[in-house]
Amino acid sequence: MESNNRAIYWVPYVLWIALFVVAPILLIVYYSFQGLDGEFTLANYRNFFTPVYLTMTLSSFWYAFLITLFCLLIAYPAAYFITRSKYKQLLLLLIILPSWVNLLLKAYAFLGIFSTYGAANSFLEVVGIGAKQLLFTDFSFVFVSVYLFIPFMILPIFNALDKLNPALVYASRDLGASSWTTFRKVVMPLTSSGVKAGIQAVFIPALSLFMITRLIAGNRVITLGTAIEQHFLVTQDWGMGATIAVFLILIMVVIMIATGTRKKGVM
Amino acid sequence: MKKLMQALIAVVIIAAVLFYAVHRLNASTGQTAGNTLTVFNWGDYIDAELIDQFEKETGVQVIYETFDSNEAMLTKIEQGGTTYDVAVPSEYTIEKMREQELLYPIDHAKVPNLRYIDERFMDLPFDPGNEYSIPYFWGTVGILYNTDKVQSEITAWNDLWKPEFRNEILMIDGAREVIGMGLNSLGYSLNDTNEAHLQEAKAKLDGLTPNIKAIVGDEIRMLMENDEASIGLVWSGTASELMWKKDNLEYVVPEEGSNLWFDNMVIPKTAKNIDAAHAFINFMLDPETAAQNAEYVGYSTPNKEALTYMPKEMVEDERFYPPADLTERLEVYENLGPEMLSHYNELFLKFKMHRK
Amino acid sequence: MALFWPRAYLAFVFIVLYAPIFYLSFYSFNSGGTMSSFDGFTLDWYKELFSDSRLLVIVLNTLIIALLSAAISTIIGVLGALAIVYARKRLYQHILLSLNNVLIVSPDVIIGASFLILFTIIGINLGFTSVLLAHIAFSVPIVVIMVLPKLEEMSSSLIDAARDLGASRFDILTKVILPYITPGIFAGFFMALTYSLDDFAVTFFVTGNGFTTLSVEIYSLARRGISLQINALSTLLFLFTIVLVIGYYFIQKRNEKTAVGVRK
Repeated sequence: MESNNRAIYWVPYVLWIALFVVAPILLIVYYSFQGLDGEFTLANYRNFFTPVYLTMTLSSFWYAFLITLFCLLIAYPAAYFITRSKYKQLLLLLIILPSWVNLLLKAYAFLGIFSTYGAANSFLEVVGIGAKQLLFTDFSFVFVSVYLFIPFMILPIFNALDKLNPALVYASRDLGASSWTTFRKVVMPLTSSGVKAGIQAVFIPALSLFMITRLIAGNRVITLGTAIEQHFLVTQDWGMGATIAVFLILIMVVIMIATGTRKKGVM
Repeated sequence: MKKLMQALIAVVIIAAVLFYAVHRLNASTGQTAGNTLTVFNWGDYIDAELIDQFEKETGVQVIYETFDSNEAMLTKIEQGGTTYDVAVPSEYTIEKMREQELLYPIDHAKVPNLRYIDERFMDLPFDPGNEYSIPYFWGTVGILYNTDKVQSEITAWNDLWKPEFRNEILMIDGAREVIGMGLNSLGYSLNDTNEAHLQEAKAKLDGLTPNIKAIVGDEIRMLMENDEASIGLVWSGTASELMWKKDNLEYVVPEEGSNLWFDNMVIPKTAKNIDAAHAFINFMLDPETAAQNAEYVGYSTPNKEALTYMPKEMVEDERFYPPADLTERLEVYENLGPEMLSHYNELFLKFKMHRK
Repeated sequence: MALFWPRAYLAFVFIVLYAPIFYLSFYSFNSGGTMSSFDGFTLDWYKELFSDSRLLVIVLNTLIIALLSAAISTIIGVLGALAIVYARKRLYQHILLSLNNVLIVSPDVIIGASFLILFTIIGINLGFTSVLLAHIAFSVPIVVIMVLPKLEEMSSSLIDAARDLGASRFDILTKVILPYITPGIFAGFFMALTYSLDDFAVTFFVTGNGFTTLSVEIYSLARRGISLQINALSTLLFLFTIVLVIGYYFIQKRNEKTAVGVRK
């Protein structure tokens, strides 16, 4: 197809990229070379490679990994069962609905539910396990994060599963494959694009979580997002904050390339 | 495609209907008047009735906007783009704003009610002669504890290190507050910039880690109310409000010293309606208004005359209206400069990441 | 039996998803004023809510921004996904996709601060327009991510066939590609809506001149504890959405029954 016709696709999107992505990136890079007095410096980068920030990066990765893993483990079967239901579109909407309630309010609700005298602990006592400290632990942090991100994982997986032709599955079964083999050899490869989209939609933002780290984890979990937040809003050291952001963006690009084994376009 | 078009049209129609509704609502509250005043304040930090009263008295339409941290507010005012006529920053931010020339001087002649403000809250180092700011509320930082659970009496920062308080303390998520507490507990000033002292404070704070349950923000109010922890490091306003609700809480300003803070009204450089801004500040200083506001907000008012309009048990409570000799051992945060603040923050970050 | 476990699993997922919302709603009837101990039943918070016209204006503004920004960002996002899939070189795809995701990975504060600087440089008045632009801006990438997999799995033979039959470019887009990726488009729209409704930090920075959204209002209330009036508001909004969603679903079902065969 003639290239001049393609312009329709490109213009709005590229304009958006130029204005709201490239311009802010340039700003961030510019700030990352600025010291506290506005002078040019490499100190921020040097500072990033100190144990404090490196540990923080590692722990961000670890938690983002855990969150993504649990999201995937819970979301895949859920998405699968939803596609099997008669009311799949309705169920899908019902999965998204809770995410429209304000995040802070939900976090406050979790504060109440997980608190020492809250619903979760009463339940544990009834069951016979006995009350535990739930709030401000790794458990509650991962739990609430998974809760917040789960629709972002279910949706793309659902979309991938939904278009999966059931005939393929039957065919595989007819040919004598066990259900596990069918899943591994037929279902999984065909839904991998949805899984990848889900991982990207969860892992990447999970790296820069903040808010929840304070509300639910009581600052016992420190992520790169928390540090950036602090530098921008508390210390007003925009240079250091921007430097961490530069690294976050770099990490993201690496992840994109690593998971991006896509076929070339078709048109 | 048809489905997509239908959905798009539905969205546009709904949006149009909502637009119309907003228009009607705004019209019914007279939100379109020309003479407006934009007030930029902390969330829920004023009795909304007073705004109505001010509007009725002066005919000025008040647009009320809120922020949740000094720094966020500062960024917005620095960037401009909005016309904030009155803002209410804390003292260290006022110092910073003064240095950056972000404030208009306040014409004292237009604020006659200034005479009601207690002398001891005037002419403080962060704003000599109150050239740029007028006191709004003030308070302290201290320890709030549950008398049912804490058997011994707490009087000092150093009491918090007792092993019996394991996993019982909630801290506020502020570098100045926490590092300041470490410094105070060692007998240093909370404005200390001596590196050795700071390291000593950080090491001492690390020792407190086993006792700390969490480092939290405003939700500390809810957590203390629900008995989630028995000890909390809080601002006096939080404490007084909770103590009205719960009898088993006690608030103490530690004997080693602590922070004395102020939230003052200022007129930022973004202001357009400077006359109305002065009128508003003067209105808030009126003793009856100030009393009503203080009762609603629950923080301590610097307005001496207002105290006569307030309930006795509120005003005579020395925990929240400490006498002058007590406030003398407290310190106001000084603006330590960006480098030092950054250093404080780094220490705080390291402290947060410290594991027992 | 074969149906039992899937149902039990889904039921469990739904219970967990809705637990905090029921918790919030439950306490909106609490006369005690806090979300801890339930003192008695009251409807006062709901009454208070309807007399608070400032809050109502904020709610409506929030909805307008969410709907418009989601719709516009969906359009831009779909075009963007097309641009990425049909980019000539693989390198372009990587570059576009990486740029696309920058906003997803950047913390809100940075986005907010840099948008604020951007808007003041361009000279856009802070308020409705700036908030709308910002919401569109940060919702576009999530739409792209939701639409992309659908586009990628579409076989090129479909398009080739259409072209062989003499379809114009516009026809291929509207009659072949868009119907195929419709589920992805809706997914993107709903996610964009979610982003917009939840955002606090970006909106805070780019708003001004009296324009506020619900999230900004709620965050600024946190300092003194959130009033149960907000719980009441969330409950109502939530019920309203549920009714809307279920209503929409059944209308859709009826239409499908009456018009068998023309499903898309």
